[in-house]
Amino acid sequence: MTSDTAIVHDAHDIPHASAGKYVQIASVLFVLTALEVLLYEVCFGHLRASTGSFSASLAPHFVSVLLILSAMKFWFVAMFYMHLKFDIKILSWLFGFSLMIAFVVICALFVLFTYNRTLWWWNKPW
Amino acid sequence: MTAAVLDHDSAPAHEEHHTSLPVNSRKLAIWTFIGSECLFFASLITTFVIYRDSHAKGPGPKDVFGVPLVTSGTAVLLFSSFFVVMALNGAQQGNRKKLLTWLSLTVLCGMFFVGMQVYEFTHFVHEGMGYTTNLFASSFFTLTGFHGTHVAIGTLWLGTLLKDAYKGRIPPSKALNLEIAALYWHFVDVVWIIIFPVVYLMSLGR
Repeated sequence: MTSDTAIVHDAHDIPHASAGKYVQIASVLFVLTALEVLLYEVCFGHLRASTGSFSASLAPHFVSVLLILSAMKFWFVAMFYMHLKFDIKILSWLFGFSLMIAFVVICALFVLFTYNRTLWWWNKPW
Repeated sequence: MTAAVLDHDSAPAHEEHHTSLPVNSRKLAIWTFIGSECLFFASLITTFVIYRDSHAKGPGPKDVFGVPLVTSGTAVLLFSSFFVVMALNGAQQGNRKKLLTWLSLTVLCGMFFVGMQVYEFTHFVHEGMGYTTNLFASSFFTLTGFHGTHVAIGTLWLGTLLKDAYKGRIPPSKALNLEIAALYWHFVDVVWIIIFPVVYLMSLGR
């Protein structure tokens, strides 16, 4: 009985993070979002003409940089706002397992569509 | 016994949930639900990426997408995630004023985002992009429409909690009620964190 109480207490009575920490995370998230928009503007938007060769050198890496910035935002929200960093590890494993299956689904869909395109719709609009 | 039943509201929430797992069953349930939603949105996002160039008929991404409006929606959704953790912080501390203020702001942000999406969809239809115009349009409306529905449901859920908080029904012992809704809300935000660059910025930068 004692152990039950301790376990349940541990499960959801832990203070997650301070208000100051939440403000810090919010600032980081806004900076990362601003960087995403700035990256788009430099590579393809209004700042393209004024940045010249820098824009041309950055454009090939546009997708990868954007994905890295999104992954960072995802990590910050999941760890701090969704409290995975402070909560019991089983929840992190559960979420991680779901993300792993989601990744498999993404790969499967890409393979399926690429395969179909190659076989039947090669060089045809669809 | 009767007194215990009548006094249900004032009993600590965690006394109602004894499980063999070292985690509250409602929290485990919402995380399992979030896990299943990951698969749902992964499928929709991938389908959009596959079909985004399929706009031989009708407008494509570069004809209709506008960065400023969607960026403002993204900022509002990020703000709302911050607001809801501050509301939860207030609920856990038993600070009712803090809880009400931040939770009201979260609900307002949710309403703004849904309004932004309704405006965006209306604008696209006026531009000639209906649900069945082409595969790009169908996959776009399905993905962002489902996300918008999630935001609308989250806003309603937080709205009911705001009503409870206003009536003083969310003491620190029941902060878990808000935490579960907040987890759902953060997940909706996390999905938009992926949708914003993948659907809008990458489609425009091709």
